[in-house]
Amino acid sequence: MLVRVLLAAMLAGVLAGAFATAAQSVRVNPLIIEAEKYEGEGGHHSHAPAEHAHEATETAENVEHSHDATASEEVEAWAPEDGFERVFFTLVSNILVGVAFSLILTAAILLARQQISLQSGLVWGLAGFVVFVLAPNFGLSPELPGMPAADLNERQTWWLATVVATAGGLALFAFSKKIPLLIAGALLIAAPHVYGAPLPESHETAVPAGLAVEFAVATIVTSGLFWLLLGGVLGNFLQRALLAEAKDTATA
Amino acid sequence: MLSQTNTQANSLAIPAIDNKLIATVAFAALFGSCLLYFVAFAHSDVLHNAAHDTRHSITAPCH
Repeated sequence: MLVRVLLAAMLAGVLAGAFATAAQSVRVNPLIIEAEKYEGEGGHHSHAPAEHAHEATETAENVEHSHDATASEEVEAWAPEDGFERVFFTLVSNILVGVAFSLILTAAILLARQQISLQSGLVWGLAGFVVFVLAPNFGLSPELPGMPAADLNERQTWWLATVVATAGGLALFAFSKKIPLLIAGALLIAAPHVYGAPLPESHETAVPAGLAVEFAVATIVTSGLFWLLLGGVLGNFLQRALLAEAKDTATA
Repeated sequence: MLSQTNTQANSLAIPAIDNKLIATVAFAALFGSCLLYFVAFAHSDVLHNAAHDTRHSITAPCH
């Protein structure tokens, strides 16, 4: 395995994840916390839908989870406490997601067999943004806690299918010159939206519409910055790592 | 001379298709996907609660 390449990808992911945590603290996280005030009102209790069977956040402060976790496990699952603990776990999750996206992007870059640099990395980052953010959000708007949504499994399936179809379509656009393949690419990108995203029966919610609009803009702008930073940093790191691997092979 | 070396080096920066490259691509794709699954998709309550704000921020389906 090209160990340097994998380490470069992971490091880029860690940096992008840490950046995302700082960027999200500006607008995204305050809006999530604001929306949680409305959770449970208006007949929607999104933290504990039937398929989750847990009532974590609302009662978390009443639970001595660190002491009698096993005793309370059947009633409610552990959740980080608001404040430092919550920010810490969000940082860890963001870093892991950053590493995940960075590795997936690296696999695509290596498969494409193109020259990679900071500049071309920015284009790859933009492609990641289109695939993982713009395409799924065209069908499933960014959700705030407390907002109604269709069945979780159906939404996850549609999200994944849309990501795969959009990535395949973009790849056909980028790397093929034959008209039938370009048409196939366009059809692939359009297909999930023609099929339609799973939507809730009613959009009625206690969360103010203005908050949802602000959240949609905030998440999309923040994600855009994350993907550009990830792409640029990854492009630079991969260029260095690949050159080092090539020198090793040449001298070996 | 220096620029010539750089050009040579740059053209080497597209790795040859060999077992090493295939293993690297496979590892990156599989490990990356598994990581994404656990942080953003797994239904486990504990994983969901720990990664809650991340799931909302990256607009993955949550709840």
